[in-house]
Amino acid sequence: MPAVQETVEKVRRIDVDQYKYGFETAIESEKAPKGLNEDVIRFISAKKGEPAWMLEWRLEAYRRWLTMREPHWARAEYAPIDYQDIYYYAAPKQFKAPKSLDEVDPEILRTYEKLGIPLREQEILAGVARSDGSGGARVAVDAVFDSVSVATTFKEELKKAGVIFMPISEALREHPDLVRQYIGSVVPITDNFFATLNSAVFSDGSFVYVPPGVRCPMELSTYFRINERKTGQFERTLIIADKGSYVSYLEGCTAPMRDEHQLHAAVVELIALDDAEIKYSTVQNWYPGDSEGRGGVYNFVTKRGDCRGKNSKISWTQVETGSAITWKYPSCILRGDNSRGEFYSIAISNGYQQVDSGTKMLHLGRNTTSRIISKGIAAGHSQNTYRGLVSAHRKATGARNFTNCDSLLIGDQCGAHTIPYIEAKNASAVFEHEATTSKISEDTLFYCMQRGLSEEEAVALVVNGFVKDVLQQLPMEFAVEAQKLISISLEGSVG
Amino acid sequence: MNAEIRTMRTQAELALLDAFANHKDRLVGARDERVAAFKKFEEAGLPHRRVEEWKYTDLRALMRDAKPLAAKPDAAAIAAAREAGRIAGVDARRIVLVNGTFVPELADTAALERGLTITSLAEALVAPGNALAGLGRTVQTNDVVVALNTAFMADGVVIRVAKDAAIERPIHIVHVFSGREAAATFTRSLVVVEPGAKLTLIESHEGAPDVDYQVNTALELVVGDGARVEHVKLGLEGSKALHLSSTMAAVGADAVLRDFAFMTGGAVCRNQLFIRLDGASTQLVVSGANLLKGRQHVDTTMLVDHAAGGCQGREKFKSVVDEQSRVVFQGKIIVRPGAQKTDARMATHALLLSEEAEADNKPELEIFADDVQCGHGATAGALDEELLFYLKARGIPAKEAEALLIQSFVGDAIENVAHEGLREALVAATAQWLQARS
Repeated sequence: MPAVQETVEKVRRIDVDQYKYGFETAIESEKAPKGLNEDVIRFISAKKGEPAWMLEWRLEAYRRWLTMREPHWARAEYAPIDYQDIYYYAAPKQFKAPKSLDEVDPEILRTYEKLGIPLREQEILAGVARSDGSGGARVAVDAVFDSVSVATTFKEELKKAGVIFMPISEALREHPDLVRQYIGSVVPITDNFFATLNSAVFSDGSFVYVPPGVRCPMELSTYFRINERKTGQFERTLIIADKGSYVSYLEGCTAPMRDEHQLHAAVVELIALDDAEIKYSTVQNWYPGDSEGRGGVYNFVTKRGDCRGKNSKISWTQVETGSAITWKYPSCILRGDNSRGEFYSIAISNGYQQVDSGTKMLHLGRNTTSRIISKGIAAGHSQNTYRGLVSAHRKATGARNFTNCDSLLIGDQCGAHTIPYIEAKNASAVFEHEATTSKISEDTLFYCMQRGLSEEEAVALVVNGFVKDVLQQLPMEFAVEAQKLISISLEGSVG
Repeated sequence: MNAEIRTMRTQAELALLDAFANHKDRLVGARDERVAAFKKFEEAGLPHRRVEEWKYTDLRALMRDAKPLAAKPDAAAIAAAREAGRIAGVDARRIVLVNGTFVPELADTAALERGLTITSLAEALVAPGNALAGLGRTVQTNDVVVALNTAFMADGVVIRVAKDAAIERPIHIVHVFSGREAAATFTRSLVVVEPGAKLTLIESHEGAPDVDYQVNTALELVVGDGARVEHVKLGLEGSKALHLSSTMAAVGADAVLRDFAFMTGGAVCRNQLFIRLDGASTQLVVSGANLLKGRQHVDTTMLVDHAAGGCQGREKFKSVVDEQSRVVFQGKIIVRPGAQKTDARMATHALLLSEEAEADNKPELEIFADDVQCGHGATAGALDEELLFYLKARGIPAKEAEALLIQSFVGDAIENVAHEGLREALVAATAQWLQARS
């Protein structure tokens, strides 16, 4: 595998606990007053020029949120969060929706350039060498900077295909009926503490609508960047694949290095109607904190897909390497008959990171199938937990699930945990679950090292083999990035 | 959802509060422990579905009332229990507890082997000295059902096997409920097997089929270094019974502990196992078979704590769920920091025979050491159509083919029982259950 060699070299060039996306962009920004109250919500809503019903919706969520308690069942320990010490809205100053890329602040463009995210059309994601010089797959990008979307590329071309891809704040103005019909229909405002908070204060995110029978001509991608200090990011993504359509969506995220914790509470809702398919891939690389466990992003995210139609399919693929704490369970509600849900995950924790992640597969329709492949790798002083639920409803005849969750431990200071819930309420349901936890076998390492690989190279090779099942599910551009990311995350964990 | 909810005391909780207030002066011995344990219950109430360990067995809802504490058995009850618990083909030393009380005339304590002592808990509780040293401290737990057992424990069996004594004849603790009025029994047994000793312990529970009696039983098992212990439990309670059972075992180094539970009786059963491996190179085999029908609810919740390294753990559970019954399995393996070279495997399989049956599985791994091999597997599903077809194609009637497949499915777990006579008795009991089904 040539990529492995490349990975190892990449690792060498970078010092221990060097988070390469940790720079800060010096840019003036406009913020809502610190803290949270109804006025702040009105402020956000007014900034976005939202319809009145949306403000009402937000306020209802806020009032609900006030009655809720922060959940602490996850295996994560952290100091109490002061919700009044966060800016809920931050936007680059003098920001008004730019007509074209030329109007975007060059500072911001440089930021994305540094992150390897092309905002100029026709460009491609960094890291993919093309020997034949052809363009290959193109990717449309929606770039979200703190609380606002700064640019969306390939809008025209997508429009031709009938695909709507725009910031959700814009969608609220241009397609209010569509948004109103679907928002909150998968993750209702009463869902959970963080989702309810998000419903009240969400600032931006992406909106995708793929009309019936359309196969989206390119990959869609959103890149989230937290820049401001003491700012929470609360984005909301809504993707609707109408009958017989297909869309592949990628999400990436980074944040500057800070010694404070930043809150990221996003909500993602996916809706697949009859025969539609949504593929959602995430490479999550929020700042994980330094080697002593100071700083880092609290990533408390609610992601859920609803296979509403017959024969629909939703697939989640995630590579989780960042964040101080990850609390995230991308789920599928398999409502339509013959629908299918998939979850492929690589969660890597190092340093003092705490990961509590997994999925839920709720089988409601007949002949629904699901597949879960989860690979957790714990190193350093980190704690890595897989938590998942597979359930078959009484009427879900013929439901099938296969789950495989493996954990790898590197070093004796870390922990790997598996907490699956398997609930079969139907005799014809067939659920299979297997999990293993082990360390990299001495024999395997010896075998590799005997053939001239250094210990670090050998570990990288074994780890890449361990996560291969999941990497294969990622679109190519992401797979290469993800592979590098994995090596960087694990660096310094050997020996 | 996450909103603050203050709960009212249920009827059962109120009855338990009353019972303790009225009886605490009459319950003999361990007064401080009883009061401290009852306080735990007062604070937490009965476990409910928001308590993670009780997620699938909401005792607050399932236990509608608390029955009065069982009175000492009368002559008729004792006479009725005379032959209780005999297992064909197994020559065991039987000790019968009737309605939660140790009955000396039904305790086969004649000609005890060298190194073996057997007394009743009630006797030990009032005996001078430290006959019960360590009671309640085998494995610490915050579980409320264990706390209730400590608060109300009335009687039980205290068995000691001295160092290096190999007791070949199994000891069988028979729990019988033979009352006509519903009542609650709280039994607690302590079994200490000293280093190098050997013991086979059978524990069985049975009772009147038409009385909704309540059983809260606990067993503390101390397995010394190099000791070999097999514990086989038969849950054959009457069909209306509530059965709450807690086994707490602390195991030393180089020891072997085999634990098996066979559950077919009771309306609502909870089998809790708290096992801690304190010494290296120990072998632990925990398994069980559940055969359920009607509206039975049987929950097995197991915690295996690898506090020392180099131990091997094998857990295998098989459940057959028919009609509207529900089986729950929650298993948690903890590997503590430093418990290197742990080798643990946990498997749980449920066979659903009816559209309305339910199987809930939660096999957990919690691992803090890196040089380990741990795994778990869980499956739930119906009988394999192809296997059935294969058998039917060879002229075996459908019911018989089903029975054969179920027998072999359950047999896989029963194989873990080392005592041959017991193993055969369990196979026969499975066949009997299957016969009653068709």
